Amino acid sequence: MIEVHNIQKAFDGNQVLKGITCTFASGQCNLVLGGSGTGKSVLLQCIVGLMKPDIGSITFDGTTFTNNKVQIRQEIRRKIGMLFQGSALFDSMTVFENTEFPLKMLTPDMSREERRDRVEFCLKRVGLENAGNKMPSEISGGMKKRVGIARAIAPNCTYLFCDEPNSGLDPATSIKIDELIYEITHEYNITTVVITHDMNSVVEIGDHIIFMHKGLKLWDGTKDEILGAKVPELREFIFSSSLVRAAKKVDDATEGGLEALASEPLSEV
Amino acid sequence: MVKTFGEFILFLQSMLTRTERVKILWQRTLDEAILIGIDSIFIVMIVSAFIGAVTCVQIAYNLTNPLIPKSTIGYMVREMTILELAPTITSIVLAGKVGSSIAGGLGTMRITEQVDALEVMGINSASYLVLPKILAALLMFPLLVILAMGLSILGGYLAGTLSGAMSASEYVEGIRTDFIPYNIAFALIKSVIFAFLVSAISAYKGYFTKGGALEVGAASTGAVTNSIIAILLADYVLAAVLL
Repeated sequence: MIEVHNIQKAFDGNQVLKGITCTFASGQCNLVLGGSGTGKSVLLQCIVGLMKPDIGSITFDGTTFTNNKVQIRQEIRRKIGMLFQGSALFDSMTVFENTEFPLKMLTPDMSREERRDRVEFCLKRVGLENAGNKMPSEISGGMKKRVGIARAIAPNCTYLFCDEPNSGLDPATSIKIDELIYEITHEYNITTVVITHDMNSVVEIGDHIIFMHKGLKLWDGTKDEILGAKVPELREFIFSSSLVRAAKKVDDATEGGLEALASEPLSEV
Repeated sequence: MVKTFGEFILFLQSMLTRTERVKILWQRTLDEAILIGIDSIFIVMIVSAFIGAVTCVQIAYNLTNPLIPKSTIGYMVREMTILELAPTITSIVLAGKVGSSIAGGLGTMRITEQVDALEVMGINSASYLVLPKILAALLMFPLLVILAMGLSILGGYLAGTLSGAMSASEYVEGIRTDFIPYNIAFALIKSVIFAFLVSAISAYKGYFTKGGALEVGAASTGAVTNSIIAILLADYVLAAVLL
């Protein structure tokens, strides 16, 4: 479980995070939802330690991360896997080497054969068993995201952070990436935090959702509760989504509406 | 200026804390040595051979007094090459080639979040990415300078004898006259200092790149400009202190 308490962050006097307090439950897909410029990515960077919050604390399974000793922060970081918005694969390495990299760096006791087996397993898990020899420049955006996920889970991460995993992907690939994140979260009991502004993701994978607006947390709940939320900013956000507008039309015409739409197989959506 | 210098010192300090295992550091240093050293041999060979040749021809052109022996040309080529041209010009050439490559590479890694990816994994990115580059530069610059010295003197020999400015024996006599071994040590000390300046300044400029592709280009340009200025300043200080 990740506990975020009263995180505040300002840049040149501009208060980007205004005291965020929330909890990300273990073994669940936790979504941080919000429009552009609401501070989602800054919150994520504060949580993973790429940015230091001005005020507030972050705790990973009871161990304080913020302002703790470097060794303890390192220990926590080694349990973190992260999928970056642009995948952040190492250009000079093949897909296999990218996936193997954290194992090489973080688990010196692992033999070469054990590493190879683990990498092959992870690549197979994300459906890229035949792409190991390819360079990042030779694969598509969706494949890069898959490699990013494989690299994140290779060292058996406890926490998985995904920064807008759907950005730059077509809707069908986005859904597949969402499904992969969801499956991996539940399969390995990972605490997953996904930063998104995509309502498709909410419908697909949102076990627990936090809605942010102008640096504040305005709402949290589940995907079943979100359509009934009374927060005006959230309602405006939800109903500006084409998917939800389309679903509303379906809702008017058919029984089940959005729920029915979400439960249908991908090919029929 | 003071703030930048302070940040530069902190950057160097951060590079030396939480370093990676020796095996990984050594492997990374060898990889970087290939990029910095082996891949620069061709340009260093071309530049140094022609500089030696041009130096020889120009000295011969200016040395018209019949009372001065022709062997002086060889002597002057050797002294200029060892004391100044080989270490300084080679380092300036490397500042252009290696410095821009280091800054561009690190800058691209920064803006594509590859540096962040290392940090999230709990790896000290400065130590993992920058320290091997600096070590490799410290290792390879002196070797390239030694190569440049030899080729520059050879270039002078070929230019002088082929143009008929002097005989081969006169040139060889000149380069053996009043040889001071300390000058070689001085040139190598210079090359080590220049290696550090080029690699550290370029790494600093690249590592702290913010923005996009334009800023990566600006970081590369800044790395080369600042490295060359640092080389010239250090060249003067070292000459004043060590000679």
